[in-house]
Amino acid sequence: MSVITLTLNGELISGLSGQTLLDVIKEHGVEIPTLCHLDGISERGGCRLCMVEVNGRLTASCVTKASEGMHVNTHTEKLIKYRKMLMELMFAERNHICAICVMNGHCELQAMAAHLGMDSVRYDYLNPDLPMDASHKRYVLDHNRCILCTRCVRVCNEVEGAHTWDVMGRGIVSQIVADLNFAWGNSPSCTSCGKCVQVCPTGALFEARHDGRGNGKEA
Amino acid sequence: MNRNELYEIGVRERERQGKLRFRILSCASTPCLSSGSRAVYQTLQDTVSQLGLDAEVEVVSSGCNGMCSRGPIVRVQVPDAPDAVYSFVTPQIAAEIVRHHAGEDADITHNLIPADAPFFAKQQRVVLGNSGRIDQERIEGYIARGGYTALAHVLREMTPEAVCDAITHSGLRGRGGAGYPTGLKWQLVRKAPSDKKFVVVNCDEGDPGAYMDRTLLESDPHRLLEAMAIAGYAVGADQGYIFVRGGYPGAEKRLHQLERVIRSAEQHGLLGGRVLDSNFSFRIDIRLGAGAFVCGEETALMLSIMGKRAQPVPRPPYPAQRGLWGYPTLLNNVETFGNIVPIILNGADWYAGIGTEKSKGTKVFALAGKVNYGGLIEVPMGMTLREIIFDIGGGIRDGRSFKAAQTGGPSGGCIPAKHLDSPVDYESMKALGSIMGSGGLIVLDDTSCMVDVAKFFMHFCVDESCGKCVPCRVGTMEMYRQLEKISNGSATMKDLDILEELCEMVRETSLCGLGQSAPNPVLSTLRHFREEYEAHIKERHCPAGTCHMNEVPVLDLVDELPRRIQAKAAMLTEKEVA
Repeated sequence: MSVITLTLNGELISGLSGQTLLDVIKEHGVEIPTLCHLDGISERGGCRLCMVEVNGRLTASCVTKASEGMHVNTHTEKLIKYRKMLMELMFAERNHICAICVMNGHCELQAMAAHLGMDSVRYDYLNPDLPMDASHKRYVLDHNRCILCTRCVRVCNEVEGAHTWDVMGRGIVSQIVADLNFAWGNSPSCTSCGKCVQVCPTGALFEARHDGRGNGKEA
Repeated sequence: MNRNELYEIGVRERERQGKLRFRILSCASTPCLSSGSRAVYQTLQDTVSQLGLDAEVEVVSSGCNGMCSRGPIVRVQVPDAPDAVYSFVTPQIAAEIVRHHAGEDADITHNLIPADAPFFAKQQRVVLGNSGRIDQERIEGYIARGGYTALAHVLREMTPEAVCDAITHSGLRGRGGAGYPTGLKWQLVRKAPSDKKFVVVNCDEGDPGAYMDRTLLESDPHRLLEAMAIAGYAVGADQGYIFVRGGYPGAEKRLHQLERVIRSAEQHGLLGGRVLDSNFSFRIDIRLGAGAFVCGEETALMLSIMGKRAQPVPRPPYPAQRGLWGYPTLLNNVETFGNIVPIILNGADWYAGIGTEKSKGTKVFALAGKVNYGGLIEVPMGMTLREIIFDIGGGIRDGRSFKAAQTGGPSGGCIPAKHLDSPVDYESMKALGSIMGSGGLIVLDDTSCMVDVAKFFMHFCVDESCGKCVPCRVGTMEMYRQLEKISNGSATMKDLDILEELCEMVRETSLCGLGQSAPNPVLSTLRHFREEYEAHIKERHCPAGTCHMNEVPVLDLVDELPRRIQAKAAMLTEKEVA
């Protein structure tokens, strides 16, 4: 691996070739908001929060390889505005009502919204009519709180090796499904390892008995 | 088979056709089938048998002739005479056509399209050269018109590098919409270090109103196979895939037809192992998509071929570097491949002589909407929109006036009347806020509301978004909601600002081309028809009369409260003064 040099917010920095832009930026102490990114699993590039400006063009830093001579800006006025708008879109998409959510207070989505200064949603709430899946004896899936980051899909496939989760449908009607759209409790492939619950950034996947401090109890 | 045998097949077929009194080609492409060409074909055959002309007259089903809005079309080829083309052929008229050409007295002049009709005269058919003039399936028919001689020439006389250079020199650009120089792409794949490479044809055509690729595939399939083999030789691939959209009506039947065509080319030694007795081998297989629009995006298309969920992945790496199963892959549109054989046969200089400085060659358009003559046309690049719509298309139907031309499907935009004289090429279209696209061209008259048009395309994008990235998945839906508000009368000027801001954001932050271009129909109509949007909002009136404005804006308390306080205060001061 060779050392490369790039400009980050006006400062010359160095990184290793083959590293993603996100890694390089983080190493240099600049904070980049991310939601679908999680260390240890593959990148998706779906939430678009980690977008940065490279040589005048916007690109998702988690899926862009750092290369020699890049001019990277991470917090331009436009980027700050776009990140806030993306957040608004995520809140408008499904029924994110923090006050009645099990994850209220330790939700990554909520924290990110607060961090990015998103205090109101200007778009129409789409209010979809989505079900919950409480068929699993230890965990519950609430589609209303899912932001389709697919961390659960990737961790189940890449770390646990079960590939229970996947996405069905496309566009705005996409949904997380267990196996071939089985009830989670009837899924033959699920090992009940709970990795998906641990990586979920929202309250979409949670433990059935939850004491509010992240401690689940066996039912 | 070797070159001489190929030549002999061509000679024999030409002799056989020359001996016939006449050949009747009944169009069997989808538009004509839907207007009843199957019955016409049957009647043509029956009448020929009845008149006892079986030995002297041949009835075959052919590909598209172009004038699809006037189908079914029947073409009669008489040796040493120009072809006669008939439109609106019914079974009765079909029988008359046979009698007329057999020398009996029958009046069919009403259905005869004059040979100098501007619809045909103004076109320049390069890619569609054989379309409608040959039997769709019989390989001999294609060989008789010089088919596979380009492949034979390339294999014997040219190095792979020379082929790539010829394509580069011709100035051919990708016809799928983006307009990337084809020769450059071929060079990239050729130079990519790998012992396994692939050639893929993108025939996942999904733009509303566009059917160029499908027609090419149906009408002249051997041309595509030949071009793929040439590409395979040029880049060093031994396997090709034809990716066909599964959503086509009757796709399955077409698939069997295509399979038969590939088999017959293999049986003739023109595909498969040792092509034309050289040491070059090339196999072609068909892959059927499940009908998602996003499969037309190259990375999603490749995932679909590999049997995965078709969601775009970020580029780079580009397919030319890492494509199918990680190997370098050449991916081109059907129409791009359709240009390869003419370039090899007639030379790169000839091709570079057609079109404009930066956009070479011809472009096939699916001319649809409110024109008199709709159908599949092929024109040299740089022809003006006015010529296409008013000369070839015969002007606007029912004497109405032209309002806009929608090009490029859901990724494109609308071009208003004042830009009718701008040439049609990649750069000019882009400058007007639209794109060349794959070739959909929908003509709108003054009864079309531009908000409604934008709403239609936005709905298409909502349906077809794959759902991977947030701006496209949710952004398109929110843009659609704003457009709905504008068209039902419940929008305020604030909503228009929100819409515009959202358009910019989705365009810049989406992952793939679908999302990045989804706001184009809105942005281009806003650019050229802003007053129409404002009429909807400010006057609650739809100038074209399409939208039903039966909602009212929701009361905006943030704006309303200060207004009421001020009104109250003004009233009090008035009282004091009194």
